[in-house]
Amino acid sequence: MKPECPVEVRALGVTLGGREVLADVALSAGAGEWLAIIGPNGAGKSTLLKAMLGLVPHEGEVLIGGAPVRDRAPRRRARLVAYAPQNPSLPADMTVYDYALLGRTPYIAYFGREGARDREVTGSVLERLDLAELASRPLGQLSGGERQRVVLARALAQEAPVLLLDEPTTALDLGHQQQVLELVDRLRLADGLTVVTTLHDLILAGQYADSLVLLSSGRAVASGPPKQVLTEALLVRHFGAQVRVEPGPDGRPLVHLIRPGDR
Amino acid sequence: MTSAGLRLRPLIVALVVLALSLALGVLVGAAGISPRGIALALLDRLPFVSLDSGLSPVEQNLLFQLRVPRVLLAAVVGGLLAIAGAGYQGVFRNPMADPYLLGAAAGAGLTVTMIVVFLGGDARLVPVAAFAGAVGGVFLAYALGNTAGRGGGTATLVLAGVAVTSFLTALQTFVQQLKVDELQRIYSWILGDVGGGWEQIWLIAPYAVVSSAVMLLHGRLLDVLSVGDEEATSLGLRAARARFIVLLAASLATASAVAVSGLIAFVGIVVPHVVRRLAGWSYRVVLPLSFVGGAAFLELADLVARTVLAPAELPIGVVTAFVGAPFFVVVLRLTKRVDT
Repeated sequence: MKPECPVEVRALGVTLGGREVLADVALSAGAGEWLAIIGPNGAGKSTLLKAMLGLVPHEGEVLIGGAPVRDRAPRRRARLVAYAPQNPSLPADMTVYDYALLGRTPYIAYFGREGARDREVTGSVLERLDLAELASRPLGQLSGGERQRVVLARALAQEAPVLLLDEPTTALDLGHQQQVLELVDRLRLADGLTVVTTLHDLILAGQYADSLVLLSSGRAVASGPPKQVLTEALLVRHFGAQVRVEPGPDGRPLVHLIRPGDR
Repeated sequence: MTSAGLRLRPLIVALVVLALSLALGVLVGAAGISPRGIALALLDRLPFVSLDSGLSPVEQNLLFQLRVPRVLLAAVVGGLLAIAGAGYQGVFRNPMADPYLLGAAAGAGLTVTMIVVFLGGDARLVPVAAFAGAVGGVFLAYALGNTAGRGGGTATLVLAGVAVTSFLTALQTFVQQLKVDELQRIYSWILGDVGGGWEQIWLIAPYAVVSSAVMLLHGRLLDVLSVGDEEATSLGLRAARARFIVLLAASLATASAVAVSGLIAFVGIVVPHVVRRLAGWSYRVVLPLSFVGGAAFLELADLVARTVLAPAELPIGVVTAFVGAPFFVVVLRLTKRVDT
């Protein structure tokens, strides 16, 4: 299945409580592409994802699959875009299976209940993410890596061609960060998903994304392939960090932190 | 595979417990009518059955005009308070939310006190006033919560409920001090009473049916809301609207219960909690079982209230608090190990 669903954002602006959080942000991700939004703390990365979902009021236009999201009913939109927040709330007593089954919400009528197909999709998603054995375990008993996978399972159960992931590697150790991102990449390639993530880790962003958008103080100050965005000049200016960037073995940029005084 | 649906066994267990407590409530009482006679008299009322119960007309009258409606009213009020508690807990994603959270109790307390003090407390006006006061209290809290915090966040709403409750309670205290000799009547209403008879059952029946049905229909949606508004919205649910509908239904259920029974504490918190501990987290389970469990609990509480000091009666709210609080602690302790 190749759903072919590009994402485009035009002139997006968000004002929260009188403060301009995002202004005139544009970005685009082709169908099946991985776009990472990077930027210093407070740049507006999470707000950008929420605005794309219509969770916060905004100006400008968000186009998914070529049509404005605004015009779609919530259930229709939820069949196109799945979202995993940075700090998902996981009710401690809810089981892994029931949580993943929530991903079927956009396919169930208001007063309806889950049908055979919803159970089938959820079962196969759990199978695919190696969660089948944890199906009846309460969410409160999962490790950090398992929690991330379970949230991903719920998003995948939505069968949406676009995945918005807010910091999918938060609070994971190095190995689990790699596992989760490899998993996202595998799913993306297999299903032709368009993936938009925020990532605060520039090394990971450089390694996994097809293209990057650098947000700083609510504006998109650079965008393009990792090589063009992860430059020493831009990182010094917007992160205030001393770094060295050099090409890795596969040509993707590697960002190194340099202690002040070393050069 | 596990799933959140309501399984048959817990429902049957709950219904059996309810049936037993109703039977006990009808059979036992201060008047000392023979249980055998009561059973026969009840069967006699069934269509196509004709039995001689051996009860005198006075006993018959006492049974059908006082005891049976009292048992049914206790069950309906208990069911409404418990399901309203479960509904509020779902709406606010807070296990400590209770039916009186948003000022329903204080609103009803004020209007009933006003009826007693200014109008001599016409018995037919009291339920209407309580209903109006409960709805008014919730409405005030809601309006205040919405103007204070844009978007109606649940925290602002709860804070608004606290503010409205203190304000209305202050007013109520002021009004009651105007006529100190009516204090006892006011307090006996506040502490609860389910002896209102058939008239009050029919008075609240429509609201009870509608509000319970609306909440029961929202079981799955409350499960979706349990992951938070933003995520529920990203799943295609109009979260604020669903929340508002359940809030309305829970408030209507609370107002109906308050109208005919006064302010009975603890049912709305204890029952849903016990249900959750015994039968699972899903609102598809918690809502229906809370109704059945709340009905059984309040019926038994009323049985204690009218027999333990017979011929005198304890206010039912005293019994629910006296039994409910320790029972709650025991359940929490017993099931603690399962949690970890």
